[in-house]
Amino acid sequence: MKSNSIAIVGAAETTEMGLIPNTSQIMLHADAALNAMRDAGMKPGDIDGVACAGEVPTAVAHYLGIVPTWVDGTSVGGCSFMIHVRHAAAAINEGLCSAVLITHGESGRSRVGAGQYRGGGRSSLAGQFEGPYGVMGPTSMFTIPFLRYMKETGTTLEHLANVAVVQREWAGLNPRATHREPISVDDVMNSRMIAYPFHILECCLVTDGGGALILVSAERAKDFPQKPVYILGTGESVESPMVSQMDRFESSRAFKVSGNKAFEEAGIKHADVDHLMIYDAFAHLPFYGLEDLGFCKPGEAGDFIMERNTAIGGKLPVNTNGGGLSYMHSGMYGMYALQESVRQMRGVAPAQVKDAKISIAHGVGGMFAASGTVILSNQEF
Amino acid sequence: MADQSKLPLPVPTPETQHFWDGTRENQLLLQSCDGCQKTYFPPRPFCPACASRSVSIIKASGNATLYSYVINQRAHPAFDGPYAIAVVSLEEGPRMMTNIVNSPQTPEALVLDMPLKVCFGKVDENITLPYFEPAGDEL
Ligand SMILES: [Zn+2]
Repeated sequence: MKSNSIAIVGAAETTEMGLIPNTSQIMLHADAALNAMRDAGMKPGDIDGVACAGEVPTAVAHYLGIVPTWVDGTSVGGCSFMIHVRHAAAAINEGLCSAVLITHGESGRSRVGAGQYRGGGRSSLAGQFEGPYGVMGPTSMFTIPFLRYMKETGTTLEHLANVAVVQREWAGLNPRATHREPISVDDVMNSRMIAYPFHILECCLVTDGGGALILVSAERAKDFPQKPVYILGTGESVESPMVSQMDRFESSRAFKVSGNKAFEEAGIKHADVDHLMIYDAFAHLPFYGLEDLGFCKPGEAGDFIMERNTAIGGKLPVNTNGGGLSYMHSGMYGMYALQESVRQMRGVAPAQVKDAKISIAHGVGGMFAASGTVILSNQEF
Repeated sequence: MADQSKLPLPVPTPETQHFWDGTRENQLLLQSCDGCQKTYFPPRPFCPACASRSVSIIKASGNATLYSYVINQRAHPAFDGPYAIAVVSLEEGPRMMTNIVNSPQTPEALVLDMPLKVCFGKVDENITLPYFEPAGDEL
């Protein structure tokens, strides 16, 4: 995308978050969308582009009374919303539409109107060559690469547990976080083992919620009530729908391709970045994110976090909402990472990073299957 | 070995049928490109490296090493207790998911890069699943 040409002018999460048993999934999309439209001072008639994942754009557009000239139903897992931002930017610049609404809503815990999980079925390649071996969703599959990562890098189980500890410290500053009470490395390592070497406190939450964003051209952005958040660069990629077929287990190719593209578009250096969100479905994801985006050399992320660089007061605050481990995780968490980046750039985050000017929201989809990266700023470059 | 009646069994497609025909005969079959010699998995009737449709089915040695794994602790109807879900590196290059059988399902017994060999678990007349077990002293 053309750097600095697009801005986020509306951003909101669902009114409630966590356990929302009285709201269906489509209404979570709508609740977030209504909040984002109010945030931007817009009505459905002002929106002419719709992108979403989990539901199809047809359902969301009709439910909200929007007549789109552009839709995007890219659904490659939790980073779909980062990719929607990228596609929306291109669409607005091409004149296909002028105001894009991106929605996420997921009744991940209550499963109200959530429909069935659409796996590939037993005849898909994953169904034939992974399904018969006792896989039980992400806790038993997303976690498989990590023992190899440990062996190749010298990273330890204490490093892994420490990720959850540091993110809980951030969550302690966030009134909307699901879990806020401090925890220690021992607490994490003594918590219930889910899939060795991962304990329950190293696995994401399962909650209900949603979020929505509204994007327009940067030229129009100052006409809206909120401080514009400009898009500096974006990236996307996919690798394999089967975790067993990743090229390497100590690094994500999709992360690297997506991250490199976003940095290239933005034309910034790593030292320019004030704030970073790395989708943390499990505690090892920040290691891959920090290394594959180039903030740490291979194998150094565990020490980087242990040395409190990503913690409160550190030089690179990471996952300042508490992350998928402590804030919330409805299933497709990427939207919440983007929301926190927007709050940080607006200067209104509960754990606000002082004078932050550039933020990155980096997402994963499936189990290292896909990736999307968005670089945001409150400055016009 | 798992109670296979409680697992979601594979449904072969025309492009994978040869693989499942092979396991039924206790053979692990891969494919290799006639042009660039790339050996690959999972099955497809063309080479993912060079897109050639000229590929041959080859019999794998069955030798592998343990690449990575988790030991799933959540109750699964097909397993008696915690069980490893592993990814192994075949001698020919490709990796595949499997279970490690004839071994304690513990971190102490399951050491990365340990040598493994293929073995087979017949489910029914159509499906036999490939598994791996420690190669012991044979290598
Ligand atoms: Zn070839």
